[in-house]
Amino acid sequence: MSAVGGKAELVWREPSAIPGKGLTFGCTILYLSVVILIPLAAIVLRPWSNGIGGFVAILTSPRVLAALELSYVTAAIAALLNTFFGLVVAWTLTRYRFPLRRVVDSVIDLPFALPTSVAGIALSALYTHTGWLGAPLAAVGIDVAYTRLGILVALVFIGLPFVVRTIEPVLAEMSLEAEEAAATLGATRYQTLFRVVLPALAPALVTGSTLAFARAVGEYGSVIFIAGNLPMVSEIAPLLIVIKLEEFDYAGASAIGVIMLITSLSILFALNALQRRLARQ
Amino acid sequence: MSQNRPGPTDDPAALRATCFVVTGAFVALFLVLPLVTVFAYALRSGLEAALASIATADAWSAITLTLIVAVISVPLNMLFGICAAWAIAKYDFKGKTLLMSLIDLPFSVSPVVAGLAYMLIFGLQGWLGPALRDWNIKVVFALPGMVLATLFVSLPFVARELIPLMTDQGRDEEEAAVSLGATGLQTFFRVTLPNIKWGLLYGVLLCNARAMGEFGAVSVVSGHIRGLTDTLPIHVQVLYDGYDFIGAFSAAALLALIALLTLVIKSLLEWRYADEIAAIYQS
Repeated sequence: MSAVGGKAELVWREPSAIPGKGLTFGCTILYLSVVILIPLAAIVLRPWSNGIGGFVAILTSPRVLAALELSYVTAAIAALLNTFFGLVVAWTLTRYRFPLRRVVDSVIDLPFALPTSVAGIALSALYTHTGWLGAPLAAVGIDVAYTRLGILVALVFIGLPFVVRTIEPVLAEMSLEAEEAAATLGATRYQTLFRVVLPALAPALVTGSTLAFARAVGEYGSVIFIAGNLPMVSEIAPLLIVIKLEEFDYAGASAIGVIMLITSLSILFALNALQRRLARQ
Repeated sequence: MSQNRPGPTDDPAALRATCFVVTGAFVALFLVLPLVTVFAYALRSGLEAALASIATADAWSAITLTLIVAVISVPLNMLFGICAAWAIAKYDFKGKTLLMSLIDLPFSVSPVVAGLAYMLIFGLQGWLGPALRDWNIKVVFALPGMVLATLFVSLPFVARELIPLMTDQGRDEEEAAVSLGATGLQTFFRVTLPNIKWGLLYGVLLCNARAMGEFGAVSVVSGHIRGLTDTLPIHVQVLYDGYDFIGAFSAAALLALIALLTLVIKSLLEWRYADEIAAIYQS
């Protein structure tokens, strides 16, 4: 900042000489408030119309408990499966060269790009008793559509890109030197993979599977067609919110909404803390 | 092809084979097969039947509404993305990470919860519901609510692409332009925009795909008034629930084509302008 004369003074007084700080900052905050923060505040403020007792009563009703358990447990299993599949897919795409690699890499984003209702009816058609996959599976006694397994299939479908796209850049930037060093020191390839590569990937794996979990807990469109939607059996929490809204039970809908929102916020801030800790290292 | 001996960082054949089989099976069964299903079911009674089901009045009104919602919400979120990225990349202030987390929030909030939020404000039993009814203004079960829900779910895409890109590019060029006497707008259009145009296009592309394809959030606030508040993704559900499978899968095929086109353009941008696009999933 050793510019000549008056310019240097100007720079010294105003840390950024670029105009528009107030305008862009103000617009950003205003827009975020109108579109996201105020609406979400409405969810937090709503369920207390019948006091904390009313709130607890809604959440402990068997139907709500069953829906929450179904959503969270299935999403957790899906996130674990996605961690494994995502790791293998990302490894194959970054470390091996094969024909159509670019095409396969693009197709990974399909669950992001495909509207969830389209994915939902496609998966449902595939896995019903007469479907291309449902028929052979039914022949060996496995029912997928209209069961918990069907919900799991839909959640694995929509969650995979989160894991792959979080690991891929880390794998691509990881230098081979550490792996070469391990090999020179006498480690077998598997030892290198488990003791050198996997630990370096761990933060990205945790981030990716957490994002997949967050998405899976709240997923609606791709699940409702394949789920069967029986209360207490295959009714996910987001669907129960929709049902309660249609019954004008706003307090009930927002009580479930609060729980899901708290989950989203905790995940967001936990990931944020993880990123900051990694950045400091 | 100088040597066939495995290098120190080559994987054993068994591991390679396992990786290929798992990846191939997953991509084929979970990604390609559902896509093929959509087109196969749409064309089950021939191309003419599929086209006829898209030419109905309800389908056309769904297509029009989908386009209207996207045309309103994508530019708004684009302006927001530019504003937010400018504020975050060009200035220092406290709470920057918090602001970035808030921008990411729609990615981890359920679309149904987003729809619920607008119902609690604008619905008949919501905060503003009674007042809006007295003024005869419709927000939910009408276009404004559907645009709001779309804004919510597609808000992060442009901002998330531009923030890392503009942070990387730094402030030198803008500071030089300003010190040479350029106004803020001149600086943006002549200096910043040429630097971020491909990243901006990339963000807009993803934002548009989400805006056209959103189902959950829009479905909650739409009220499902057939021919009036059905977007194309909701139209798919309505037909499917009514056992009109040809119609449902034909509309779905149209949406799948949009999704495929999005992926093609996205890959082309990544391939051709890799240096001018921030990897969106990198945090």
